[in-house]
Amino acid sequence: MNIQEKIAGFFPEASFEEGEILRIDIPAEKLHELAQKLRDEFGYDYLVTIVGMDWTDSLGCIYYLMNTADKSQISFKAATADREHPALDSVADLWKIAVILEREVYDFFGIIFVNNPDMRRLFLNIDWVGYPLRKDYDENPELNPVTTESERQSDETYVWKREDGKLVKHVERVFQDDDFVVNIGPQHPATHGVLRFRTALDGEIIKKIDVYMGYIHRGVEKLCENLQYPQTLHFMDRLDYFSAHNYHHGLCLCIEKAMGIEAPRRAQVIRVIMDELSRIASHCLFIGTYCMDLGATTMLFYTLRVREQILDIMERTCGARMTFNYSCIGGLMADIHPDFVKDVKELLAICPKNVAEYNKLFTGNVITKGRLEGVGVLTHDDAISYGITGPSGRASGWACDVRKTHPYSIYPELKFEQVVRTEGDSMARFKNRMDEIQQSVDIINQLIDNIPEGEYCAKVPKIIKLPEGHWFQIVEGCRGLFGVYIESKGGNQPYRLKLVTPCLNLASVVDHITRGDKIADLITIGGSLDYIVPDIDR
Amino acid sequence: MEMKKVTTKSMPYEDWKDNEYIESLVQELRDSGTNIIVGSLDTLINWGRSNSLWPLTFATSCCGIEFVSLGAARFDMARFGWEVARSSPRQADFMMVAGTIVNRMAPVFRRLYDQLAEPKYVIACGSCAISGGPFRKSYHVAKGIEDLVPVDVFVPGCPPRPEAMIYGIMQLSRKVKVEKFFGGVNRQENRKEYLAAHPVEENK
Repeated sequence: MNIQEKIAGFFPEASFEEGEILRIDIPAEKLHELAQKLRDEFGYDYLVTIVGMDWTDSLGCIYYLMNTADKSQISFKAATADREHPALDSVADLWKIAVILEREVYDFFGIIFVNNPDMRRLFLNIDWVGYPLRKDYDENPELNPVTTESERQSDETYVWKREDGKLVKHVERVFQDDDFVVNIGPQHPATHGVLRFRTALDGEIIKKIDVYMGYIHRGVEKLCENLQYPQTLHFMDRLDYFSAHNYHHGLCLCIEKAMGIEAPRRAQVIRVIMDELSRIASHCLFIGTYCMDLGATTMLFYTLRVREQILDIMERTCGARMTFNYSCIGGLMADIHPDFVKDVKELLAICPKNVAEYNKLFTGNVITKGRLEGVGVLTHDDAISYGITGPSGRASGWACDVRKTHPYSIYPELKFEQVVRTEGDSMARFKNRMDEIQQSVDIINQLIDNIPEGEYCAKVPKIIKLPEGHWFQIVEGCRGLFGVYIESKGGNQPYRLKLVTPCLNLASVVDHITRGDKIADLITIGGSLDYIVPDIDR
Repeated sequence: MEMKKVTTKSMPYEDWKDNEYIESLVQELRDSGTNIIVGSLDTLINWGRSNSLWPLTFATSCCGIEFVSLGAARFDMARFGWEVARSSPRQADFMMVAGTIVNRMAPVFRRLYDQLAEPKYVIACGSCAISGGPFRKSYHVAKGIEDLVPVDVFVPGCPPRPEAMIYGIMQLSRKVKVEKFFGGVNRQENRKEYLAAHPVEENK
């Protein structure tokens, strides 16, 4: 008996849509019951994302789940026709990350989640007029002007409950009256961008952190809805600018899947090489800035040396140092530079020596060990519940590398092992990245001599149109799982394009793992998670 | 009388762009008729200022990473005396606005600008800071920082290369060289007038 029949047995009112990932269409009142069943009885313990949707006649959500044991995925959808006061049941009691994902949906679509403990806006101001991702949103800039007046702040949060069949709003407080709250950010050198922590302290000990986001929320998802598919690609460079190639790869794969085409083998190999080069460059910059946070400024100069070398390689092929826009639908924008192979081999030759040098300079240092070992421990179960993927999740013993769990492109043919540690502390997260540099070097070594000849781009129509339907694709960015959800109504523009970024999860776990630690450790813990703020806010 | 050619040691005057702007500043300086002692002191102080412009560490997105590269060994802005990036606006001379400014950030950005000590300068770095760039049509993005603060230098690019940033800051240091310091940019703000213009919010 397959899962569909089992669920149909429990929920006769559910309907099913088969596809790559099974989608269950469930009435709103059964949503929580189904979610609970899926988690407890079928083992779907990882909530990948919640996609808010506006179908004009109804508002709703699509939940993507993953079973971390057998790697299977499933999704379910719930909708409500009420546009004035749309409400759905919260799943925040089942998956901890749902608190923040539901806040995002509330911010964009105005859907209230009943029983969510923290129903505030996430990215936009408290007084923002309208819900921007709704199709009938009024974009008149006079309603929400850019102003230099400080935004209104509030310590209030809301919890909606169903009492006697009615929705009742309860007011709660984020901080208590006698809490001592220190504001860190948005302009702070150690938050790696414009992120703000409102930190309640008891002496030196952190009691609670309210992560305040949205200082670089640029509304990419809404912008994409008014652009043609090839135009949406260039935003991928500007989310997590270190994973530019990986994110491009993800969106290209999703559109190619929808169109039913496949990139030529040459393009696939070059894409993977570029992904891995990005990973080395990204982890190098992480090591540099992280050590700088800890006071070891010199390391930045060592690691940026390798990064500059990689940027040179990229620049010769892609024409830019950071925003490459290299992958396109069907393959690549241009062929590689004639010296590409030679340059990459030079890089591969020096990389292991450099890693050894970093280890000698920093990793074994007694101050480093004191600051990182045993600090900011994230357990395996919490990593899954918060959806912490990438090197940070693998430091907690969760083997979550998408390149292995859901292999795409030519990754199934490559020989490599996931880097997994079980300590879950800052040191493990740091060392994981160090090891992944070596892992990426090994992967490129397998490919660099075997770049096949042939076309670098498949033949695609001049105007790219997708058939009606929806597609979901996940890839491994430098910081974790990156997912793209596209819904199309036919035509050359997406109806909805949702980006699942790893850094939102990384930022939302800060509160959980810093509680009870000293405030000085906030910097080392936050740094070891390695979030990129434009990737959080999108 | 020949126009004073404002340049740096390593770059011939003819290689610069936007010389007309600097020439107009020189003309303005000449027309103001400063006496020789104050003028010479101005030149001396401006020589010092233009060679030690301290940036504020301020970056919101991609351009900030190129600013990090600018500080590292390869592009090495320490050659020009700009490497002292300060985290506090009180200690900085100019602000390199590297990245998009969105609605929520705008008040914070304006406050940082207000906190910079006079004389202060702003460089709009990258297309987002100049016009909103690729995000111009978004509901939550300021369409250029010029609406929020006065801008001295625009550096186009997405993101600009570190060389372009160096050129932008060099242009700024040229501008600093031809400013009237005493009685000019060295003005002292009257505390009363300042507080009237920037009322302090009562904590509720």
